Amino acid sequence: MLAAQLTRLRDGEPAGVEEALELVTGFDEALVHGLARLSEQHAAALTALAGAFALTPIGEGAAEAAVKVVSGSIAEEHLTMLAGGRTALLGAVHDALLAELDAALGRERAAWQAAQPEADGAGNLLGAARSWLCELAITGWRGVDHDLVSASDQTVEALLAVPEQRRPAVLLDGLAAELRACCPIGTMERLPVRRWADLWTRALLLARAGGQSGERVAAERLSGRLLILGVDVHEHATAVQLQVHGVLEPAGGGRARLVRTSVAAAKVDTIVGPAVWKLPHRHPRLLSALAGRRSLEITDMPVLASGDLVWDDDRARAGAPVDAFAVARVSLAGALAPAAPPLDRHPVLIAEPVLVADYKVTRDGSFDLGGVVLAVDTDGLPACGPLTPKLVAGSSECIGLMRWDGGGWLLQPLAVRAKVKSETIEAHTGDWAMGPTDPKVVKAEARAGDAVAVLRERAGRLLRR
Amino acid sequence: MIDCLPAGTAVWEQCGRVPVVPPVRPRKLAKVPFVELADGRLQGVVSSGSDISRVYVSSVTAATHTYSCSTNNNRPCGGLSGSSPCKHLRALTVEAVLQYGLDRVARYLRAEVSEGADLIDCLRGGLGPAPAAMVFSRFLRHLAYLELPDTTMPIPELHWFPATRMVR
Ligand SMILES: [Zn+2]
Repeated sequence: MLAAQLTRLRDGEPAGVEEALELVTGFDEALVHGLARLSEQHAAALTALAGAFALTPIGEGAAEAAVKVVSGSIAEEHLTMLAGGRTALLGAVHDALLAELDAALGRERAAWQAAQPEADGAGNLLGAARSWLCELAITGWRGVDHDLVSASDQTVEALLAVPEQRRPAVLLDGLAAELRACCPIGTMERLPVRRWADLWTRALLLARAGGQSGERVAAERLSGRLLILGVDVHEHATAVQLQVHGVLEPAGGGRARLVRTSVAAAKVDTIVGPAVWKLPHRHPRLLSALAGRRSLEITDMPVLASGDLVWDDDRARAGAPVDAFAVARVSLAGALAPAAPPLDRHPVLIAEPVLVADYKVTRDGSFDLGGVVLAVDTDGLPACGPLTPKLVAGSSECIGLMRWDGGGWLLQPLAVRAKVKSETIEAHTGDWAMGPTDPKVVKAEARAGDAVAVLRERAGRLLRR
Repeated sequence: MIDCLPAGTAVWEQCGRVPVVPPVRPRKLAKVPFVELADGRLQGVVSSGSDISRVYVSSVTAATHTYSCSTNNNRPCGGLSGSSPCKHLRALTVEAVLQYGLDRVARYLRAEVSEGADLIDCLRGGLGPAPAAMVFSRFLRHLAYLELPDTTMPIPELHWFPATRMVR
């Protein structure tokens, strides 16, 4: 990314973003106190949210939902309608921001093509999830206690057992754990207002019948060479997701495409740091390509319309070593970016790979590209890899994801090149995919013992009795 | 709570990807495989030193600081006399402090721990009821996570949960 591109991004916040976010904030604040006792101000916020859709096909339904909720007769369908309105507003914000970023980067994006929906087959469970979410909204975050949090335990456990419901299960589990850790919420000084409203809204929409259909069907199959740019790591107490970003060069020529591929595994809170790489052990070729910084040759790998390769280690074989920085420099510009599925149109889901070079690191850790400054998210460096704030601060080139949060753009580093004692070194978040390579970390890991093995032994002994 | 803001962004309340619960610290799990702060208690499971298929379920209740220890089959722990906690409770509190940090455990239990003292020596609640069955079933549920198959279908929701480097 060049200074000129960043300047362009900085210059114009797209029209309407501020107004849309104000409506969202109004709704989010109503959730803090609970819909059962709306103040005049919160009632007005709900009415305003619905009012934004006055001239659209859902205008009438939204208005009715707001009237009902404000008058105190709160039903699931009304909450779903308002959640839908909030989602649509953030969807519009997402579209405007992404269009801006694409224009600045000169990135071309494919159009969305809906696939055939699939049946969900978890009706009752999802109904229980929706009831719990409605109860949360009626109570408000401030009123949430241990009992209300624990009321979701059985639903989450049952959803986790159904592979097709992993998305709502992982989301509800993460939200419940967070609420549990924050109890009693009534005495908390500050609440993550936008975050919890995001999670709540998303969970409610995912838990509708057919809430995740149409996005989970393989649109086509791809063959070619996958050049890895980096891996983004997501983690809460009981889940970890390794999401690889790369450029796919189709076999037989044709335009290169930006793709992602992910492996998500269940875990427990005490499995942290480099130990998380032991969980996706079913995918040794992917892990060794990450650790060895190699390309992968893939054959007939299913790909979703969202640009996500559905990883299948049997359809991959190791390729040659690849310089991710060279890939970023040469191939990012011309590669076709995937469309965002309807439900994934949310500013938090913007994660666009970029290469940043020719910067000076400022005192607060931002990158100064000659007068224009890009904030850097050094909190988002995962503990399972070698990237540290210090390495980032000493870097001269960075592959990262452009993110938008809290009203501004920021860069989440995935790999850096840095000069250490006149030697150029590289560090990537996936370097330890086959185990840590830093002797100090190896030693610490050995001292702590193998958490995954200890817990598997305990599970083997105690679970099947 | 982590309320560190990336430069140039707005208020914490309006951020979506902020970590709210810090990750726990790594620790050796062999002796005390399970520790949690939940249901108003510090509770967990301690492996028996002599029998690898036996575990002890130990707990300390917040505020009252009453404690309990029994086997997973609900037999009372022999090391537990009325006046002092057993070695399992001692191990539980030590590991809890390693896992969460003393501040977080003390805050949860509403315990005052004087400078340099061990948490266990500051709990004088005496014997309380043993929620052994419930805690043990939560431990089994905990272990069951490791039996779930991984998935290669993307979970976009996890973008709200960025991995973060360190406990603050
Ligand atoms: Zn005992």
